[in-house]
Amino acid sequence: MEAEVVIKTDKLTKKFGDFIAANAISFEVYRGEIFGFLGANGAGKTTAMKMLCGLSRPSSGQASIAGFDIYKQTEEIKKNIGYMSQKFSLYEDLTVKENIDFFGGIYGLKSKDLKEKRDKLISTLGLEKEIKQLVGSLPLGWKQKLAFSVSILHDPKIVFLDEPTGGVDPVTRRQFWDLIYDASERGITIFVTTHYMDEAEYCNRISMMVDGEIKALDSPLNLKHQFGVETMDDVFYELARGAKRKGD
Amino acid sequence: MVEIVDLVKTYDKGTVTAVDHVSLSVKKGELFGLIGPDGAGKTSIFRVLTTLLLPDEGFATVAGLDVVKDYKQIRKLVGYMPGRFSLYQDLTVEENLNFFASVFNTTVEENYDLIKDIFIQIEPFKDRRAGKLSGGMKQKLALCCALIHKPQILFLDEPTTGVDVVSRKEFWEMLTKLKDQGITILVSTPYMDEATLCERIGLIQNGKILSVATPEEIIDQYPDPLYAIKSDAMGKLLKDLRNYTYIKTCNAFGEYHHISFKDSLADPVQGLVEFLRNENQKNIEIKEIKASIEDCFISLMN
Amino acid sequence: MKQFLSFVKKEFYHVFRDKKTLLMLFGLPIVQITLFGFAMTNEVKNAKIVICDYAKDQASQEITRKFEANKNFKLQRSILSYHQIEREFQKENVKLAIVFPANFNEDLMHLKKVQIQIIADGSDPNTANTLQNYANSIIMDYQMELMNIQKLPYSINTEIRMLYNPELKGATTFVPGIMALVLMLICVLMTAVSIVREKEMGTMEILLVSPFNPFLVIVSKAIPYFLLSLVNLAVILIMAVTLLGMPIHGSLLLLVAESALLIICALSVGLLISNITKSQQAAMLISMMGMMLPILLFTGFMFPLENMPKALQLFSNIVPSKWYYIIVKSIMLKGLGFAAVWKETLILVGMTVFLLFLSLKKFKTRLE
Repeated sequence: MEAEVVIKTDKLTKKFGDFIAANAISFEVYRGEIFGFLGANGAGKTTAMKMLCGLSRPSSGQASIAGFDIYKQTEEIKKNIGYMSQKFSLYEDLTVKENIDFFGGIYGLKSKDLKEKRDKLISTLGLEKEIKQLVGSLPLGWKQKLAFSVSILHDPKIVFLDEPTGGVDPVTRRQFWDLIYDASERGITIFVTTHYMDEAEYCNRISMMVDGEIKALDSPLNLKHQFGVETMDDVFYELARGAKRKGD
Repeated sequence: MVEIVDLVKTYDKGTVTAVDHVSLSVKKGELFGLIGPDGAGKTSIFRVLTTLLLPDEGFATVAGLDVVKDYKQIRKLVGYMPGRFSLYQDLTVEENLNFFASVFNTTVEENYDLIKDIFIQIEPFKDRRAGKLSGGMKQKLALCCALIHKPQILFLDEPTTGVDVVSRKEFWEMLTKLKDQGITILVSTPYMDEATLCERIGLIQNGKILSVATPEEIIDQYPDPLYAIKSDAMGKLLKDLRNYTYIKTCNAFGEYHHISFKDSLADPVQGLVEFLRNENQKNIEIKEIKASIEDCFISLMN
Repeated sequence: MKQFLSFVKKEFYHVFRDKKTLLMLFGLPIVQITLFGFAMTNEVKNAKIVICDYAKDQASQEITRKFEANKNFKLQRSILSYHQIEREFQKENVKLAIVFPANFNEDLMHLKKVQIQIIADGSDPNTANTLQNYANSIIMDYQMELMNIQKLPYSINTEIRMLYNPELKGATTFVPGIMALVLMLICVLMTAVSIVREKEMGTMEILLVSPFNPFLVIVSKAIPYFLLSLVNLAVILIMAVTLLGMPIHGSLLLLVAESALLIICALSVGLLISNITKSQQAAMLISMMGMMLPILLFTGFMFPLENMPKALQLFSNIVPSKWYYIIVKSIMLKGLGFAAVWKETLILVGMTVFLLFLSLKKFKTRLE
């Protein structure tokens, strides 16, 4: 099966003055893949993700996201991707329905489409009773699941998830990953960062950033063999130990 | 050292119950972990124990002193590291340390041997403003400031959250060394894998205690034999397993899925493998494993 | 376009669900219009005046009656001697004094020319000017009447003297007002924000769980701001004296002492605000909005308090800067000593003690 490349970067770099936050990043991501993007805080993860989302202009290098050029077609990129982060996802003082309608409108969904998708989302998550409740009053786990579902409301080619399961209980985390699996099967490429090493195992492939560079890129199994260790935790530890930039 | 009896704490005029009849005790010199996700009630419990909040019902004692009546004395012998970084961002490492020492009527020199192992790691940055430190270094500084007055008991509220994996490991190594000095340590964390580093743990969810015991005891208490299974198509495998009637629990655990069977069968594995082969699963690997704390947590949650 | 409308719809939701913002949005304009509408009049009513009548003849008494009848004036008393005038201005807060020379009527009838002396309280030049104009028009009225009846060119001149501020400098009104405004606003704002910042950042938590008395934390915050406010005071005074020609007729030491009292009062207000607010934003909002308006309106340096409705005048009594304004004018312009301002000082002390007591009681040794 020929895998379609949805993200391709070639020596992508971001400098802030003399400081090189991301240094000549080169990699490819395939359609429908669950791609884990790991690294300590300060390693350059967030910088790289911002560039890929069209939020930050690279200093040099090339990249195409969903077939669009990272310099010239940032607006098209934004229309074809979804985004969810731990810091912000939904408006706490709007209801579930209002949030869905708002983001649907932003993504340019037509009313009929929006209604269909909204109904499907609500029934998948089982939120029929909570549809008129303010999002702020929902438990954390439900918020996260709702936020993810909203971020893929418009069936984007790629969805970027920034630490989506922080602080949530183990059962809800797994329910969240069920949603991710579903999306991946529908052909949506998942680009996810996480602190939980077992979640790294759910990914098809992983990349690890250390000191602004990609130091490893492979499937979890291969990485474990490569470093001769049992768990992804140990892989991470081996790679991060020698890092100069630790933490924010 | 710490005794909590039937503690209840509510917010918003009683509409939100954060702590729901919690009872537990911590022995002197113990390294105790309170394990649970966000919103489980960990911070509320810590704040009651450090006398920052009043309980709605129940009572608690720290070093034999009542948290409500004897709060002034408790505040003299407790070390506290709250959830987020709460030192002075615009003071240097050294200035923060000196300040907190004086707040507790002591000097850095007096108890230096206690913090020495930790402090030498941040000493090269002692003139840097605390706000400009990395996450791991901030945690180390906060720990030093909490220890500087040689407290009898240390309360650390989610000290490793948001910190990189390497610093997390180092932090726990420091805690184990501190335990050897006779300090009672209570740590709260959402990371289940840190549970095994504690002497005793309390699993907490939605304000209720699920279990309090040593990690080994909790693992031993896991009700059924547990198996790890993997194949070439993990996503499909999960669905197949859930469709199989004799599966009791099935949870994704990264490289493997963890499953347990319903009682009825004599050789459950055989039947499962046949079923999966019929579903076109390839390269099936299955083995019996010991439960992890996370398995136990999930099992106790249901 | 559809996207734009989505945004607009969402923003409406945000606005209507935020009760505090709504209150400000609608409440504030209403309050402002009401207050400013009532407070802002340049008319002066019921200004206290005294008459020193050396003549006590037909003409002087006729003019006196006119003054009595006029709504702008309130005749406090008739005094017998010129020397008593100073006292009236100082003690009784009189705004205007009219002096009729002896043989007023006689001189008027025979010489057709006579002079009345008008002495005004120059420390508030705007009011003084207004009152002076009113007085002039009353006197002109009488002069007109005479001329109409007798068809003779009578001329009554008025000699104006401005007490305390002979050159009618505007600075004299507003510099004391600015002093009150600056000292109060800065102190309240800075203290409140600084304390709440500790709460917001979480450092307060750690300080509470320590043997250190947390109330002393507050006091330690007040001290730098206290000293800095004194420096502020010095700068304002120096600038006022050198650049604006503002006099300091009274004791500088007393002025500084009274200012220190106001600063402590302001710090207590800041303390109280910090007890009841949780975020720095709220603290800033309450400090600025909550303090700015009352201080501007009710200190008495923008709009004379005597012109406001009784209700507002009563309210102005609880604004500390009102009393401070009176004290400062008395010391700087009128050169008076403690004996003249002990009442106002006592009121300020009372307010400060009350506020400190209240904040101490409300101070939370726990997080909620």
